[in-house]
Amino acid sequence: MKQYWKKNLTYLGILLAIWFIVSFGAGILFVEPLNAIRIGGFKLGFWFSQQGSIYVFVILIFVYVRLMNKLDKEFDVDEK
Amino acid sequence: MDVQTWTYIIVGLSFALYIGIAIWSRAGSTKEFYVAGGGVSPLANGMATAADWMSAASFISMAGLISFMGYDGAVYLMGWTGGYVLLALLLAPYLRKFGKFTVPDFIGDRYYSEIGRTVAVICAIIVSFTYVAGQMRGVGVVFSRFLEVPIETGVYIGMALVFFYAVLGGMKGITYTQVAQYCVLIFAYMVPAIFISIQLTDSVLPQLGFGSKVADGTYLLDKLDGLHRELGFAEYTSGSKSMIDVFAITMALMVGTAGLPHVIVRFFTVPKVKDARISAGWALLFIAILYTTAPAIGAFARTNLINTVSEKQYADMPQWFQNWEKTKLIAFEDKNGDGIIQYKADVATNELTIDRDIMVLANPEISNLPNWVIALVAAGGLAAALSTAAGLLLVISTAVSHDLIKKQINPDISEKNELRAARIGAAGAVIVAGYFGINPPGFVAAVVALAFGLAAASFFPAIILGIFDKRMNREGAISGMIIGILLMLFYMIKFKLGGFGGGTAADWWFGISPEGFGTIAMLVNVIIALTVSRLTKPTPQEVQDLVETIRYPRGAGNAIDH
Repeated sequence: MKQYWKKNLTYLGILLAIWFIVSFGAGILFVEPLNAIRIGGFKLGFWFSQQGSIYVFVILIFVYVRLMNKLDKEFDVDEK
Repeated sequence: MDVQTWTYIIVGLSFALYIGIAIWSRAGSTKEFYVAGGGVSPLANGMATAADWMSAASFISMAGLISFMGYDGAVYLMGWTGGYVLLALLLAPYLRKFGKFTVPDFIGDRYYSEIGRTVAVICAIIVSFTYVAGQMRGVGVVFSRFLEVPIETGVYIGMALVFFYAVLGGMKGITYTQVAQYCVLIFAYMVPAIFISIQLTDSVLPQLGFGSKVADGTYLLDKLDGLHRELGFAEYTSGSKSMIDVFAITMALMVGTAGLPHVIVRFFTVPKVKDARISAGWALLFIAILYTTAPAIGAFARTNLINTVSEKQYADMPQWFQNWEKTKLIAFEDKNGDGIIQYKADVATNELTIDRDIMVLANPEISNLPNWVIALVAAGGLAAALSTAAGLLLVISTAVSHDLIKKQINPDISEKNELRAARIGAAGAVIVAGYFGINPPGFVAAVVALAFGLAAASFFPAIILGIFDKRMNREGAISGMIIGILLMLFYMIKFKLGGFGGGTAADWWFGISPEGFGTIAMLVNVIIALTVSRLTKPTPQEVQDLVETIRYPRGAGNAIDH
């Protein structure tokens, strides 16, 4: 049981790190240097702040759901 | 057919749909009234959450705000979506496992304290009321523009409708109505966006059109940057706020989102912990459709607007310009008397003022879209405002009947009487909300930002620490919440309302605006809570056991009966 919780916390740590990097990192703190890179009509930093980070948020939640459903089964704490 | 006839038809049809659903899904028990019986499917719950979340502000004002803020608009885009990641990962599954009806329930039980419960009830009511007043106002504005009735009449119609389905159906009625409202509002948002994207950039998806080339071969955003430079505005893709302020506002909005009671309560309505996780994912997906379109609309609208008005003869302005001039939301003052519109960043020579709120509503007209599209936008704006208002009213009525009457004043109240109290609470809340909709206090705009700051400074740390830190005790959590809220209130009153000696932007602490200060207040809350909890006596064993059980999903189904 201790291990289930520990693993859960590890997942949270990794996913929230990505959450922070795409929004506060790419969208705010490093927006200027990233703006030097262009993808089509978008400056990359600007794209992250107004589009990219939102797409990543959605993906993060679905990845989390998958990971946790698997973890629940592995430790036999899933709902019957 | 003219716009008004179309509006009557489309809005009328959508209202008939909501009322039909409300009658079909009446609530028979308190459990149905509070959490829709705990049996909503995750997909439906995701849609309902999205409609609940996206208010008149998201639908009507946000794209307009972004079109005037450029890059800085990212604070809303990221702030109002990123919170769902926190909700899904840190809150929703555990609160669902905990399995009661409300946020004050959690605070009261986890911190074994009636004072804690009362503080939470008061916060929930304040946060919800500030929010709901703005929604009723939004209903009034849409009615008055498109049906040409006075704003008051619009508010009355909105009140009657919300009264009907919130009071009758409770959470169950609201949830299924919101599913319908989501469909209406997202359709109404996307249709004009797609039309305009095709007109401007030949791209069907606005999200891609945003980064495509316009007719003259330059990229849309480069063109917009160029126009901004010419007129003296900050570049569209750079913005003008300081980095630390953008950071703080984004964080405060994210954390505030995850601490708002009317959002959290959504995750009590699904059958399982698993469903709580996935429905947060669905909710964010449905929200993201609108939130990734909004910045595209902002950029399109800005380009269209500048191209239409800048350095053009006033006499040649199209019909929509005069229509909105009548509402005083567009104003032209010919300062140099040459009959040409000079739209400049410089206040002294600028001759045109435009209210940001009209960009989404005026967009179809500016782009010459058919009349039924304009009517559709009206129906969408109403769906957005009504769905949010209903969700908030439910939180208020639940706070009164469940958290105050059932849990504190009269624990022996019968099921039937509690349900009646909940309905009376909802009815009372509708009336108060309507009053504020008709007589909006001047500080409405200020307090909506306050709602997020308050939620960030109070609920969020208390809930997170309650789940992830077993050692967190009553003394720590309550002192953290109280000091967090008071600090936030102090800062808002000082810099927004001019109390405590007032102050200007130059006096902001660390250069952080009141909108972003929730981040600081939240950190203070956490530090105080941790310190105090380590200096006072540990959490009782049975509460530690409670925390242990909410960490594992199994057994959630039984927990809901109380």
